[in-house]
Amino acid sequence: MNRKENTSDVRTFRCLAFPLIGLFALICLIPFLLIIASSLTSESSIIRYGYNLWPREFSTEAYGIVFRNPARILNAYGVTIFVTVVGTLLSVFINTMTGYVLSRRDFRWRNIFSFYFFFTTLFSGGLVPWYILCVKTLRLKNTVWAMIIPVLVSVWNILLVKGFMNGLPFEIIESAKIDGAGDFLIFRKIIFPLSTPVVATIAMFTALQYWNDWYMCMLFIDTKNLYSLQYMLYQMLGSIQAMREIASSTSVAASSIPIESTKMALTIVVIGPIIFLYPFVQRFFVKGLTVGSVKG
Amino acid sequence: MTDSIKKGKRRSFWRELSQYRTLLMMLLPAIVIIFIFAYLPMSGVVLAFKRYRYADGIWGSPWTKGAFDNFRFFFLSGKAWMVTRNTFLYNLAFIAVNTSLAVAFAIILNEMRSKLLRSFTQSVLFLPYFVGWVIVGSIAYNLFNYENGMLNGMIRFFGGEPVNLYGTPGAWPWLILLFNAWKSVGYATVVYLAAVTGIDDHLYEAAEIDGANVFQRIRNVTLPSIRPTMITLVLLDVSKIFRGNFDLFYQLISKNGALYNATDVIDTFVFRALIQSSDTGMAAAAGLYQSVLCFVTIMVVNTAVRRINTDYALF
Repeated sequence: MNRKENTSDVRTFRCLAFPLIGLFALICLIPFLLIIASSLTSESSIIRYGYNLWPREFSTEAYGIVFRNPARILNAYGVTIFVTVVGTLLSVFINTMTGYVLSRRDFRWRNIFSFYFFFTTLFSGGLVPWYILCVKTLRLKNTVWAMIIPVLVSVWNILLVKGFMNGLPFEIIESAKIDGAGDFLIFRKIIFPLSTPVVATIAMFTALQYWNDWYMCMLFIDTKNLYSLQYMLYQMLGSIQAMREIASSTSVAASSIPIESTKMALTIVVIGPIIFLYPFVQRFFVKGLTVGSVKG
Repeated sequence: MTDSIKKGKRRSFWRELSQYRTLLMMLLPAIVIIFIFAYLPMSGVVLAFKRYRYADGIWGSPWTKGAFDNFRFFFLSGKAWMVTRNTFLYNLAFIAVNTSLAVAFAIILNEMRSKLLRSFTQSVLFLPYFVGWVIVGSIAYNLFNYENGMLNGMIRFFGGEPVNLYGTPGAWPWLILLFNAWKSVGYATVVYLAAVTGIDDHLYEAAEIDGANVFQRIRNVTLPSIRPTMITLVLLDVSKIFRGNFDLFYQLISKNGALYNATDVIDTFVFRALIQSSDTGMAAAAGLYQSVLCFVTIMVVNTAVRRINTDYALF
C-alpha cells in the first residue's frame, strides 16, 4: 500500500475522523479511571466533592476494609472460578462434539438433528415455564449446577463449530475410517486437534460468559456462600446502601465506614483479573471473531 | 411388493441405527440438555392459560375462567403496548447507532497509518465488552447518583443546580443508548474491521489511479465491499428486535419504578411479574406473547429476505 499521504482530502478526513474516534475511545476509558480514582479517594472528599477522576485526598482505607475480612470475596472467587472452569470445559466438549457429528457428511440423519437444535433459536417457551422447571422439577435452586447446566449447550456455538469442520477435507475422515478408526476416535485424535481455532474461540467466549454471569445466580441462588463474584458485588452495592441508611438514622459507629469508596474498591477487586488479563488475551478474541465470520 | 419395500426400509433403519450408534451416543448429551431446557419449557406455555398454584405445578393448576384471561389482564393493564413499544424502539435505535458507529470506526481504524495507534485504539474500544453488566450498573451509579455522582460534582463545581437523573425518565433513553454503545460498539467494530481489511488492495489502487479521494474511496469501494457483512449482522439484530437486553435494562434501572414508563422492556416486565409480584400466569402470558412475536418476526424477515436475495437469508 503506497497511498498518497498529505493531500488535502486526507487531511480533511483526519480532522473529522480522528477526533470522533478519539472522543469515543476516551468515553470507553473514563469510567475505568473514575472507578480506580474513586476507590483511592478518602470518604470525606467523596462526600464533599463527589466522585472524581483524580483523588483529591488519597486514601487506601477502602481497600483496607475490603481486605480486612476477605472471606466472602475469596469464597465468591472460588465459586466463579469453579463455575467458569467446569462450565467451559463441559460446554466446549459437548458443543464441539455435537458440531462434529452434525458436520459428518456420511451421517444421513444430520439434517433432522440440525433442525432439532436450530428450532430452539426460533421459538422458546419463555422465562416462566423454564424457571419453574428448573426450580420445581429439577430442584436446581441453591446448587452450583444451576449456574452451569442450563446454559451448557449453545446452538450458536454448535453451528460455528459445524461450519468450521465442514471446511475440513472429508477425505481425512474417510481414510481414518478405512484404517479402522471409530467415530469418537476420529473426533478426539484428528478433527478436534485440527479445529483448534474454533475450539479456542468458543472456549474464550464461553469462559467470559460464565465469568461475568450474575443472572443465573440471581435467579437460583439464595445462600450467600454460593454467590458468584458478580452477584456478590451486586448484592454488596445494594446492601452497603442499606447499611448507610441505617447508619445515618441511628448509630454513629456504622457511619464511619467509608461506604462510597468501598463500593468502588470492591468493583476494582471484581474487575481486576479482567483488566489484568485483557492486554494478553484481547488479540485472541479479535482473532476469534474473524473465525466466527464464517456463516453457520 | 410394498411389504418388501417396507421391510427393506425398516431393516435399513435398524442398520443405520447400529451403524450410527457412536455418532448418536456423541449427540446424546446435547440432545438431552436441549430437550430438558428448551423443549420441555415449550410445553409449559400452557401456563399462559392457567391460574398457577405452586403446590399443583404447571400441569395440576386449574385453567383460567376465560381462555385468555391472563392475556386480557396483560393487555388491559396498558403495560403490553408500553413494553412492546419500548423493546422495539430501543432495539431499533441500538441497531442504527451501533451499526453506524462501528462501521465508521472500522473505516477510520483502517485508514490509520500507525499500526501501534491502530491496535491501541481498537483495544480501548473493545475493552468495555469484557466487563460484566453489574460493573456497568456500578459505573452508572458512580457517574449519575444525586449526592456523589461525578456529573453532579462537576455541575456543582461550575455553580449549577445538581440534577436528579434517577428521577428524570426523559434522560434515560439517551443514557441507555450511550451505555449500550459503550459496551457493544467495540465488538462490532472488530467484526467490521475484519471485513474492511479483507478488501482487495487492487480495488483501492484502481480507485486511486482514477483520481478518487479518500471520501470517494470509502463511498465507492469500502462501503459496497462490506455491505454483505452489514446486511448479515443487521438482519440478525432485526430478527431479535422484540427481545430486550435484560442485563442492560435491569442493571441500569434496577427497581427504580419512576423510570419504568421510559425504560421497561418485555424481558424486565416478565421478570418482575414472575419474581417480585409472582403473577405467574400473567408473566407466562407475556412471555408467550413475546415468543410468538419473535417467531413471527424471524419468519417474516427471512421470507422477505429470501425473496429479495437468497444469499442473505438467515436459514
